[in-house]
Amino acid sequence: MADAPTPSDPFAILRRATAARVGLGRAGQGLPTAPMLAFQLAQARARDAVHATLDLETLRTALGGSAILVQSAAPDRAAYLADPDLGRRLAPATEPLPHGEYDLALVIADGLSATAVQAHAGAVVAALRARLASWSIAPLVVARQARVALGDPIGEGLGAQLVVVLIGERPGLSAADSLGAYITFDPKPGRRDSERNCVSNIRAAGGLSPDEAAGKIAWLLIEAQRLGFTGVDLKDREALPAPTAHQLPTR
Amino acid sequence: MVYVADLAGTRHVFADLKTLMAAATPFRSGDQLAGLAAASAEQRVAARYALADLPLKRFLEDLVVPYAEDEVTRLIVDSHDTAAFAPISHLTVGGFREWLLSNETGAVQLSALAPGVTPEMAAAVSKLMRNQDLIAVARKITATSAFRTTLGLPGRLAVRLQPNHPTDDRRGIAASILDGLLMGCGDAVIGINPATDNVETARILLELVDDLRLRLEIPTQSCVLTHVTNTLELIRLGVPVDLTFQSIAGTEAANRGFGVDLALLREAHDATLGLGRNPLAGNVMYFETGQGSALSSGAHHGVDQQTLEARAYAVARPFRPLLVNTVVGFIGPEYLYDGKQITRAGLEDHFCGKLLGLPMGVDVCYTNHAAADQDDMDDLLTLLGVAGVNFVMGVPGADDVMLNYQSTSFHDALYIRDVLGLMPAPEFEAWLAKVGLLDDAGRVVEAGGAQQRLLEQLGDG
Repeated sequence: MADAPTPSDPFAILRRATAARVGLGRAGQGLPTAPMLAFQLAQARARDAVHATLDLETLRTALGGSAILVQSAAPDRAAYLADPDLGRRLAPATEPLPHGEYDLALVIADGLSATAVQAHAGAVVAALRARLASWSIAPLVVARQARVALGDPIGEGLGAQLVVVLIGERPGLSAADSLGAYITFDPKPGRRDSERNCVSNIRAAGGLSPDEAAGKIAWLLIEAQRLGFTGVDLKDREALPAPTAHQLPTR
Repeated sequence: MVYVADLAGTRHVFADLKTLMAAATPFRSGDQLAGLAAASAEQRVAARYALADLPLKRFLEDLVVPYAEDEVTRLIVDSHDTAAFAPISHLTVGGFREWLLSNETGAVQLSALAPGVTPEMAAAVSKLMRNQDLIAVARKITATSAFRTTLGLPGRLAVRLQPNHPTDDRRGIAASILDGLLMGCGDAVIGINPATDNVETARILLELVDDLRLRLEIPTQSCVLTHVTNTLELIRLGVPVDLTFQSIAGTEAANRGFGVDLALLREAHDATLGLGRNPLAGNVMYFETGQGSALSSGAHHGVDQQTLEARAYAVARPFRPLLVNTVVGFIGPEYLYDGKQITRAGLEDHFCGKLLGLPMGVDVCYTNHAAADQDDMDDLLTLLGVAGVNFVMGVPGADDVMLNYQSTSFHDALYIRDVLGLMPAPEFEAWLAKVGLLDDAGRVVEAGGAQQRLLEQLGDG
């Protein structure tokens, strides 16, 4: 069942050149059983990631202690998927957040992959804290059934100048554990996506490590604080790939 | 104007034409999200009764998006061909459905009719049609286009080879292209979605594919699916541009969201034609569309997503494109929730595009947050094969490692051609035979000497 190339396998050279599913072999016009099952496993992991719920106890431990738990206006995953706006508003019964004067609020949001949050959010938060030792950081907030824009009412409620939303990205077959970080200056409801900066593709293999990601996020935060804004006018000097017109946001 | 249906003592009232059309639409999450879906299953059928009685002429007077506000509406109205419309001008929408299904209506009549059909008429009749109607009528329509290959001929199914790579790595993209060619795919176009949206990357990729095409003498065309302004710049730089790509939508405001208008598309069309790379047929544009794009940019004017999708085809029509495809399941579950909704939308889009005379392909696809899987894609691919779709996508193993969604694979193309007896575009078929990739039954051979020779011919370039 293993996909090991033999010395005479002319497709081995193709497989070495890309992570795309090339040189899979054939069973008539169809796929051999091994690559068919490999695809199903990857898709099953992606589907499971979309529907996974945050394990709050493990997450609190990973985040190094306490966190405020909030819920969006989406009562469940089905509603969350069908109406993105619900995930951008806090649940009506949400109690007021402890208001202060903070440089930064950190929101850990399930988004479309609780798996990603569970795997990497703790490490990114720890690396950010280490880089921003002099910053006043609001109590951590964990948000369920959340979209990126839920960080706006949370950041405003906490009285933070900047908010970073660490959120599970839409899983692909090659990675179900990809985390994104969205940075917004002066968060408040009504902010547009063009007023945010993003560091995406934070994951275990083939993407940014939590430490590399924290480096980029911290740079963007420091620049945003200096300039007084985030968004398209604040570009990462390391030139992150721009999303193409074909790519629709998961926001 | 108010529209009414009286059903067994209950009066259903629809405030205007766009409300009526939205209510008549088979249920989908995007119309629900927009607050346009029918309030009940019965109201949906009542809307269909009212729609069935509506004279087609009404669509020329009662415009779903105002003429003064929208250049797409102006294009639709100003370019309507009254002579072509004449054979159906006396019909209601319900009568039009029966006319389309009639044994007397064939490829010739449907081809002549196309300039007389507005997208709103096409959308309206599609709302009265079951899936089998959408398949049966689309199957009767032949909409061909040609560049180095001839696409859309009866008994043929072409494939866009989609060799995307997350970092636009040349070797990675070349590996996916070879994999696809060795499985008989790439006759519609070798079309790359770049990960990095800039002119220099697009230049490198276009030169890569053009070089490969010339070295292996492959009859096909290439495209990098970048913004039209980038392609205009590439043309100015003298890069080998076969096709200009652009995503388009059904309203002026939604197109503005894509950074285009009709004038810009005309400029790009003229510039691409001016290169003279397709002198005979003049089909040099490649458009992509998809239900829900107007709502997602807040530009839907209270019109349902399927009607707006048909209007996107009216945007494409004057440019005589080589390729148009709906990326049907890409947009996500807030617009098309599951396999059932994606299947219906794919059949509607293919039908409406063909009825308007366009060489339609379909990206049979889904994302991982939609309730769909590969079995749903098998079903839709098979239905579209029967419906006579011009082309589908070919992605290695159905897994697009750059765009993070699942489409159809090279294997899927082999499957659908085999079960339905479809062949690649004739020029491409001849090339496959020449290089030894076809067996006596016309199937692409499994790994063997021909593959080995082609791989060696390219060395490790």
